[in-house]
This record gives sequence, C-alpha cells and structure tokens, in this order.
Amino acid sequence: MRSILTSAIAATTLLLMASSAVAATEIAWWHAMTGANNEVVDQLAKEFNESQSDYKVVPVFKGTYPETLNAGIAAFRAKQPPAIMQVFDAGSGVMMGAQGAIVPVADVLEKGGFKFDKSQYLPGIVAYYSKPDGTMLSFPYNSSSPILYYNKNIFEKAGLNADTPPKTWAEVFDAARKIKTSGAAPCGFTSTWLTWIQTENFAAWNNISYASNENGLGGTDVKLAFNAEPFVKHFQDIADLAKDGTFRYGGRTSEAKQLFTSGECAILTESSGGLGDIVKSGMKYGIGQLPYEDGPGRPQNTIPGGASLWVFAGKSDAEYKGVATFFNFLSQTKVQARLHQVSGYMPVTMAAYEETKKSGFYEKNPARETPLLQMMGKPPTENSKGVRLVNLPQVRDIMNEEFEAMLAGKQDAKAALDKAVERGNAAIQQAIGN
Amino acid sequence: MQSVVFPNKILPYALVAPQIVLTVVFFFWPASQALYQSMMREDPFGLQSSFVGLANFSNILADENYLHALRVTVVFSLATALLSMGIALLLATAADTVVRGKGFYRTMMIIPYAVAPAVAGMLWLFMFNPAMGTFAYILRRNGIPWDPLLNGDQAMSLVVVAAAWKQISYNFLFFVAGLQAIPKSLLEAAAIDGARGARRFWTIVFPLLAPTTFFLLVINTVYAFFDTFGIIHSVTGGGPAKATETLVYKVYNDGFVNLNLGSSAAQSVVLMVIVIALTAFQFRFVERRVHYG
Repeated sequence: MRSILTSAIAATTLLLMASSAVAATEIAWWHAMTGANNEVVDQLAKEFNESQSDYKVVPVFKGTYPETLNAGIAAFRAKQPPAIMQVFDAGSGVMMGAQGAIVPVADVLEKGGFKFDKSQYLPGIVAYYSKPDGTMLSFPYNSSSPILYYNKNIFEKAGLNADTPPKTWAEVFDAARKIKTSGAAPCGFTSTWLTWIQTENFAAWNNISYASNENGLGGTDVKLAFNAEPFVKHFQDIADLAKDGTFRYGGRTSEAKQLFTSGECAILTESSGGLGDIVKSGMKYGIGQLPYEDGPGRPQNTIPGGASLWVFAGKSDAEYKGVATFFNFLSQTKVQARLHQVSGYMPVTMAAYEETKKSGFYEKNPARETPLLQMMGKPPTENSKGVRLVNLPQVRDIMNEEFEAMLAGKQDAKAALDKAVERGNAAIQQAIGN
Repeated sequence: MQSVVFPNKILPYALVAPQIVLTVVFFFWPASQALYQSMMREDPFGLQSSFVGLANFSNILADENYLHALRVTVVFSLATALLSMGIALLLATAADTVVRGKGFYRTMMIIPYAVAPAVAGMLWLFMFNPAMGTFAYILRRNGIPWDPLLNGDQAMSLVVVAAAWKQISYNFLFFVAGLQAIPKSLLEAAAIDGARGARRFWTIVFPLLAPTTFFLLVINTVYAFFDTFGIIHSVTGGGPAKATETLVYKVYNDGFVNLNLGSSAAQSVVLMVIVIALTAFQFRFVERRVHYG
C-alpha cells in the first residue's frame, strides 16, 4: 500500500514537472496604446507567440501613458511588476532615477544570448534612452515626433492652398483666423500635448533652452527656463486665438485629435503616431512639418517622443530570455519597417529606415518621412537632444494647470509661464530631495 | 435585572473575532501604514526612504493648493448634498401621491444607485463632453459657450450634477420612508382646518422629516467628501487648473500621479481625522434622533 502511494506521488510530481516544462513562460507587457496602435500591439504579440513556443507575450492595456507608468510603479512596490512596461518619453527620467528597479535593456539582450549593437539604432533615439555613460536602458518601441496635420477640404473651403501646409507659427495662426472668419470650420487650430509639442519641442525646434543643465540631460539639479520671451509670445498668441474659439483646447494628452477627426478644427499639431486614427477616420488630410518661429538657423531638430519598453528587475532568467527574444523579434527589419509604415511611428533601426526608403514608400507618401527628417535633419544642439527631469510628468501637470487657467482667460501667458516655472522648480527640488 | 454573563469564556471572543479581524485588516493596519508613511520621505519606487518627522504635515498646511482643495471640497460637498436632497425630496413627495404603480416608480428611482461612480461619471461625460457630447453640442448651438475643459465653474457644475444624480436614489428611499412614518391623522386634521398642500408641507411634513433630513445631510456630506473620487476622476480629473480637485482627489494625485507618497500619506491622515470627527458628530447628534420603528 505504502509503495503504491509513493509511486503515485512520484508519478504526479513527474507529470507536474513535465507540464511546467512544456507550458510557455508568460511575459506580461503593460502598454498604453489605444485605437489603431492597440491593434498593432496585439498583432505583434500574436505574431511573436506564433513564431515560437517557449514564450508567450501577453499585452495588457493599462490606460493613458501617465496611468500606465503609475500602475507599473504601484505594481513594483507591491512586488508584482510586469516583465515589460511601456513608458512614455516624459517618464524616462522617473525610470532612470530608479536604479535597482529596472534592468538595462542592453543587459537583458546579452542575458538572452543576443548581441546588442548600438550602431544599428537611430542615433537621436539611442541617445535619449541611454544613461550619460552610454548604457542603453530601454528598448525604443514607438518613437514619434510632433507634426502638423491639416484638413484639405476645409482649407479649400476657406480659400487656402490645400497643397502647401503653413510653415511658421505666424502662418498657422493666420490660416486659423482665415478659417474661422470665413466660416469654413468652427475652429481653426488645435493641438494635443501642449507640454510636449508647444513647450518641449517648441524649444528644441527653435533652438532655445527649456531648462538648465542641457535640459536635464546633464544632471538632475535643473532650473526651468521656459518662461523666456519666445515662449511667452507663443503662448500669448495661442491665448489670444482661444478668446474667440479660433484655437480650441482639447485636453492634456491626445484628446484634441478628436476635434480634428470630427472636422471641427482644421489644423492639428500632434504626434506622428496619431496617424493611424486619422487615416481610420477616412478624412482628406495633409501633413506638414512642425511649425517653427521664423528666425536664422531655424528650424533646428525635434526631440524624440513616444515611448520605450522598460524591463523590471527581479524576474527569473527564463523571463529575461523571453524578453530578449521578443526584443530581438521587434528589432527585425521587416517588423520595424512595417510598424513604421502602418502606424506613423518612426523605425528605430537604420536598416528599417533604409529598407523603407528603398521600397519607394516615401516617394508614394512623401509626408511620411517628415518626422524622421525633422529629428535627424541636423545634429542636435544642447537645446535639442531631449528633456529629462526626474519628475517630468508632474512638471507637465503643473504646466497644464497654468495653461488651462490662461486659456480660460484668468491670467496672461507671462503669468502662466512664470508660475509654472516657479512651481515646477519647487517640485523638482522636492523630488531630488533638497 | 438578569445577569448577562456568558458562562463560556472563549465563545464570546470567537463571536466577535471576525469583526475584530476585519477592523484590524481594513482599518488599523492601513491607518498605521499611513501614519508611518506620513512621517517618511520616499522615492517613487520605494527604494530609499528617510524619516522627516512632521515636515510633510507642515508642508501641506502651508501649501496654498491644499487650502484651495479644502475650499473646493466644501463647495462641492454642500452643492452636491443640497442638490441631491432637494430633488429627492421633491420626487419623494410626488411619489407619495401616486396611487397606481407606486412600486414601479420607486424601483425606477433606485436604479441610479446601482451604477458605479466611474460609470456614472462616464455617462455624464458622454452627454456633456465638448468634443463628442450631444448636450454640449446643443448648448453651444444655442449660444452658450459650454467648455468644461477650461471653465472651472462649468466643470464644477458638471461633477456636482453627476455626483448628486447618483445619490438621489438613496435620499429618495429615506424620504419615502420618512413620509410614510408621518401619521395621516395629522395631515387630515390640517386639511380639515383648511390648510392647503404647500402649507401642510412646510408646517407639518417638513418639520417632521427633520431627523431624516439631518441624517441625510451628514450622510451626503460624507458621500461627497469620500465616495465621489470615481466621478471626478472620470469626468474632469481634478481640472481644469485644479478647479475640481477635492481633498480626496489631491491625495490620489500627489501620491499616485506626482509620486510624492509622504505628502499624500500626510493628507490622508488629515482626512482620517475629518472622518473620525464626522462620525463622532453623527453618533452624538444623529443617532439619538432617528427612530427606528
């Protein structure tokens, strides 16, 4: 009797071991992609899972970019982080401050037996997601750059040339006024992400300083500088247009895209990654580069936005191997080239860029090269490598609050920017522990 | 008097144990964590922390934004309580006069209470969102510059209406019960004396409903203070420019968005003091006057 029991237990144990060896290692991937971009995420995970049987990537949607970051941090504190988390550009500084919570992507790839060759990736993007000593910390999944979209039908209705998008901010504002007064559309111009586009990229694109210490790339003790004259003028122009509805505010992140796809606003500045939803809406749209302030040497270059994939510490070797295999899958030229062509995000490897060029894609869709040319057209200056603050999401929220008060007519641009800088500096000092 | 001592020494403890365990796990443990956290300063990931004493408390009390959130909370709570109670009383008196299909009306009235706060928020957001809301479109068409994304007062009205709407059902139930407890003979006597509907309401019904009204006022204030996070989060997110940021929302915002956990914990300790005070107030003044029959 005893021996039967023992052998039964042994058999069960063996069976369990065998089944766990067969079952694929699950790799959770938390992301913030909605609409057309969400479909791309699911598609990629599906293709990867079908391509091999050792690992299973499980994508989980966790809300907006800031919400995903916070969910990931909360999960880490509860000791249950996902293996992979998508973190938006502004969260990069937060993640970099968390030594010990993350594993640099270069190490992950090496653990998985892959070689990590930095030179394969676009230099501007690699620099943004690396430590000052050059170690690449996260995997650039979806990199984007803000561009200008315009509604061709409304442009024609307003008597504007539908084939040449406005180039400078002065031209954008003129066109917006013309659209409003002619009655071609109830609103001339709107923008998503006033922080990322109208402040961070405005600074880089016009080669003016956003903050001290190379916009924070040189160190964490940073003084904000976005209350300088050019910013004040730019935001006062927007505030003035908001008074009669020529400019309309959509919200703090990408809500304004809806004002554009619904045909309410004629011009939109938004991430190149927003393309998917605009194509989906079926409207007749045109693309231009991000507008700049007229001046010598301008435009400079835009900074990478979008998001990258971070790997949490404390996972098993099998999981890291799986993550490395997945990242290797993602950086394949054909995957990157397709990702770029269907979504509007930039390819992150040089090979994928070359491949897309060779395929004649840009000849058919010249506007689709715009975000890449914007970012790589000129070698970056210290104003245009990127913005990195340990608490950039918080500083962006402070700015958003002051912008909202400004657009509601409660304060002018100078007061809004001065207050945002003062509050932002105080928040930075608190976050770095002074 | 008969003695009420249990002969068994263990059974009484066993009987109260589940309640004690629940209180310890869901109140004392988190509350002590909050107290501990409120005296620490920590990085977002919890990798390093240091003891700072009462610095987090002195910081929040000196913070202009905290006082602003307090004002917002008072305005929001009073407006929500008064609006939902006013409408509930109106509907309860109306339902009281319905003869046929009373049960149906009452059931319909209770439905909003079953809606989760976040869903209630989304319902109102879909109607009044400036980008896609039908009602927002109608308002703007009629020349009303409706833009709760920028206009703080409009945003505040929107969350007040959404929060009040959800609470009407609860108030309605209590008012209906209160109305049924009023002796019909009093109303009939007044009617024979020649008092009309409005006069009967203000001189007889309303005073006799006072205990219910008072009870509901406290309950609604507590609701507006602490249970409306989901609505505010889904409708305005505390914006524009902090116009709808209540104390509870600020705890969330500073803790989970700005990742300043020490300050967030200190704020939740202050909130805990407020809850304790409100509960004590309710026990002292309300429980004595409500008659459970």
